[in-house]
Amino acid sequence: MKKLLKFKLKIWRQENSEKIGKFKTYLVNNISPDSSFLEMLDLLNDKIIRNKKETPISFDHDCREGICGMCSLYINGRAHGPENLVTTCQLHMRSFSNDNIIYVEPWRAKSFPIIKDLIVDRTSFDRIIMSGGYISVNTFGKTIDGNIIPIAKNIAEKSFDAATCIGCGACVASCKNRSAMLFVSAKIAQLSFLPQGKIERRKRVINMVNKMDEEGFGTCTNTKVCEVECPKGISTKYISIMNNEYVNAFIF
Amino acid sequence: MNINTLNLNSKVPKGPIMDKWRNHKSTLKLVSPNNRNNIEIIVIGTGLSGGSASATLSELGYKIKAFFYQDSPRRAHSVAAQGGINAAKNYKGDNDSVYQLFKDTIKGGDYRSREENVYRLSEISSNIIDQCVAQGVPFARDYSGYLETRSFGGTKVSRTFYAKGQTGQQLLLACYSAMSRQIVKGRIQIFNRHEMLDLVVLDGFARGIIARNLITGEIEKHSAHAVVIASGGYGNVFFLSTNAMGSNASAIWKVHKKGGLFANPCFTQIHPTCIPIHGNYQSKLTLMSESLRNDGRIWVPKKLEDATLIRNSKKNPEDIEEKDRDYFLERRYPSFGNLVPRDVASRAAKERCDKGFGIENNETKEGVFLDFSNSINKYGIEKYKEFGKYDPTIIEIQKLGKKVIESKYGNLFHMYERITDNNPYNTPMKIYPAVHYTMGGLWVDYNLMSSIPGCFVIGEANFSDHGANRLGASALMQGLADGNFILPYTIADYISKYFIGKKEKYNDILQSKEFFYTEKIVKDTLKKIIHNNGKTPVDFFHKELGKIMWEYVGMSRNNNGLLKSIKYIREIRNEFWKDVYVPKSIGNGLNTELEKAIRVADYLEIGELMAMDALNRKESCGSHFREEYKTIDGEALRDDDNYKYVSTWKYIDNKSIKDEILYKEDLIYTFAKVQSRTYK
Ligand SMILES: Cc1cc2nc3c(=O)[nH]c(=O)nc-3n(C[C@H](O)[C@H](O)[C@H](O)COP(=O)(O)OP(=O)(O)OC[C@H]3O[C@@H](n4cnc5c(N)ncnc54)[C@H](O)[C@@H]3O)c2cc1C
Ligand code: SF4
Ligand code: FES
Repeated sequence: MKKLLKFKLKIWRQENSEKIGKFKTYLVNNISPDSSFLEMLDLLNDKIIRNKKETPISFDHDCREGICGMCSLYINGRAHGPENLVTTCQLHMRSFSNDNIIYVEPWRAKSFPIIKDLIVDRTSFDRIIMSGGYISVNTFGKTIDGNIIPIAKNIAEKSFDAATCIGCGACVASCKNRSAMLFVSAKIAQLSFLPQGKIERRKRVINMVNKMDEEGFGTCTNTKVCEVECPKGISTKYISIMNNEYVNAFIF
Repeated sequence: MNINTLNLNSKVPKGPIMDKWRNHKSTLKLVSPNNRNNIEIIVIGTGLSGGSASATLSELGYKIKAFFYQDSPRRAHSVAAQGGINAAKNYKGDNDSVYQLFKDTIKGGDYRSREENVYRLSEISSNIIDQCVAQGVPFARDYSGYLETRSFGGTKVSRTFYAKGQTGQQLLLACYSAMSRQIVKGRIQIFNRHEMLDLVVLDGFARGIIARNLITGEIEKHSAHAVVIASGGYGNVFFLSTNAMGSNASAIWKVHKKGGLFANPCFTQIHPTCIPIHGNYQSKLTLMSESLRNDGRIWVPKKLEDATLIRNSKKNPEDIEEKDRDYFLERRYPSFGNLVPRDVASRAAKERCDKGFGIENNETKEGVFLDFSNSINKYGIEKYKEFGKYDPTIIEIQKLGKKVIESKYGNLFHMYERITDNNPYNTPMKIYPAVHYTMGGLWVDYNLMSSIPGCFVIGEANFSDHGANRLGASALMQGLADGNFILPYTIADYISKYFIGKKEKYNDILQSKEFFYTEKIVKDTLKKIIHNNGKTPVDFFHKELGKIMWEYVGMSRNNNGLLKSIKYIREIRNEFWKDVYVPKSIGNGLNTELEKAIRVADYLEIGELMAMDALNRKESCGSHFREEYKTIDGEALRDDDNYKYVSTWKYIDNKSIKDEILYKEDLIYTFAKVQSRTYK
């Protein structure tokens, strides 16, 4: 049996978007190093509920496999916590030393308003995708055979790498300017690499970049924190690709 | 339990199987474009099935209201699918065909699915891949730029298209983009963070839903001309499963209680390659894609003492010599080996662990190895030769081999290492079966309509295509086939028959008695939960239910166990209603405990029906293994004479689950030859 751990947690509590929030302190013990960060919060919630003194801590999560992009959290000031290439649901308590103090906060960005406690509203991302993050093909029609459009393996892989973005918003949360460039550029790069996506590339990049500004995200000043904090390792090189696409959209 | 033998009308068209769908389409009525704008359709769920249905129907001009409990459609549970999606393209030249895909699926499902539905699915499969490519899904490609495929269990061909270990994500993103394009045009209205809590049936037709806004807590009424349920499976009844935490049975269960027949509830797929449970704090199980069985060999030690030493960390798997390893799947099933279907692989692993050969150091001592060392070697040597080099060192081979494995399964290996703290490139993975997928669901006819007119059911929420066991990579296929290519035709037929030319005032519907009545019932239930004077959190009951389900209604079942489970489930249910405690949240806003409580209340009922169905089916087939019915070698023993039917259950208003009535849809195979199922 591995040694069980205990922690002091400072957790942001905020009843709803209007009220003012504050940190509250909680102690947890008997935590297995193999349990995930969210499982540790489950345990704490169980205690809180049984105490009946306050409401349990609300946080977003669903797949708990690192793929749906639903979980968030600033943990000790870092989006998704101390490990690289990991979502919060895949962060395990073995990443912390016994008796640590851990600060847990919601992601802070104007474009991600707080809903309650640790839950924020990330629908601004959806609106950016709606502004052009797609290929305008109808889904009921008969399209051509998939193999009629060969795509070189390395191009398909480059497109795939960009497409691995899970839309979690860690890039925004970690950026001092609250820029959404990494997220937007990943989508633009994914589609513009593929022959199918090239047709609408000009319109797409202009619309998506405009929408991003409209939603109140900041500009990119190349600090590259987003790349460090992105759980899927999306590279900032896509931002330069997007910038190129943007400039070209006006030239041609 | 009552048994009744009413004939269910599956509306399967006449004629040769190859022509059925085409002929049927030509008889379906149409809705003209100028009328479509006046037709509203509610879709519950934005996974591959609901998302594709929403996108396609709105492109056709209908008005769609899409409901889902996450914040964005992109996060629906389909996003988690790792392995791939099937299609009978025969790109690999291994003699694949529509017929072959059909045959594998029917056989894999142990002859308990509807033949005509499966044939249609196989026919449509190729269109799905073409559609996804057009939408920009970055499928894996070979060096010449053509689409790459791999194999899955239960087949001898390579027909699974994939995007590394993220096929579900990539397909769902395409679906979500197609939806996004329509949302911005105003054709799809999305209701995120909304949960459907009941179906409203008016004059016998499904005409709307009651939903709860999860942020404000408000109860809302929504009307429509038809309701499409695409809410996914009910595997979370088991508490521990590979499903997303929010996955629930509430939508389908409420439809069932409004008169929708529930088909084959006992068919739950147990997936053989999941990461074993390691502690009682655990909230969920993680799948390791079945595609890993292409390159991984499954084994346990041959000697009991080795198993014990490994469990106690006194010996490493690498230390066990080749001759002391039992590659039990290759031994028992030489012609399919590690690629036998999921039910067969799962039971074989359980058999070894029951005999004491399990290798994981957890409470139950359950676990087997999935070992990549052979493949790493093989690929390493191949690569070396490709580079025109000879005499590589073992280290060089290993390095190159690991690279190949990484390019195929990188993210899965990363995920495994995260969770277990072990590096699977150097030491074999530990795996064990876990609850994964539910083949049962709401009964639907050939048009995908439930037994309530106007309520359609697609994707994992319906029962029709997988029989007693789903072959890998065919759920994604079914979701997209249903949503993109089948439902849009069949729903038009329904709408044209009942609504075109009919004048009705919208408000009249929302103001109808049924809407208010259903709303009241929902509100009363919520009040009952909130004002309950209990002391125990919801999760406690869910975990208790899960333990019972896994123990008695899990990988193998028997008469006594099932009877016990029914008794225990009822006890837990009583206890739940007496003792559950849900914090009242001030201002009635977001309350995650309340969300869970509603779901668990439904699980506590569906669990009983699952056990009743398992009790009724006195045979072993697919995922349903009744210990009393097995061959001398311990394989499942089917009883076609007595059980070649879909069991469908009808809820009787205001009665308890035990009073549900069983109707049977006989399965008639005219095209597939019903054979005993062997993978030897
Ligand atoms: C880990 C994992 C890996 C898998 N890998 C594969 C694979 O490789 N290949 C394959 O073919 N299949 C795979 N499957 C199976 C496949 O992913 C699912 O069966 C399929 O995606 C289900 O799609 P769906 O559209 O029916 O429902 P889901 O994708 O489950 O979507 C359900 C939707 O309904 C909504 N919803 C649910 N309840 C309510 C409610 N009460 N009110 C409102 N909205 C509600 C949810 O918000 C969600 O949008 C895998 C499954 C798992 C769990
Ligand atoms: S780019 Fe990375 S951090 Fe940003 S949303 Fe996508 S996955 Fe999350
Ligand atoms: S809960 Fe899905 S990514 Fe963390």
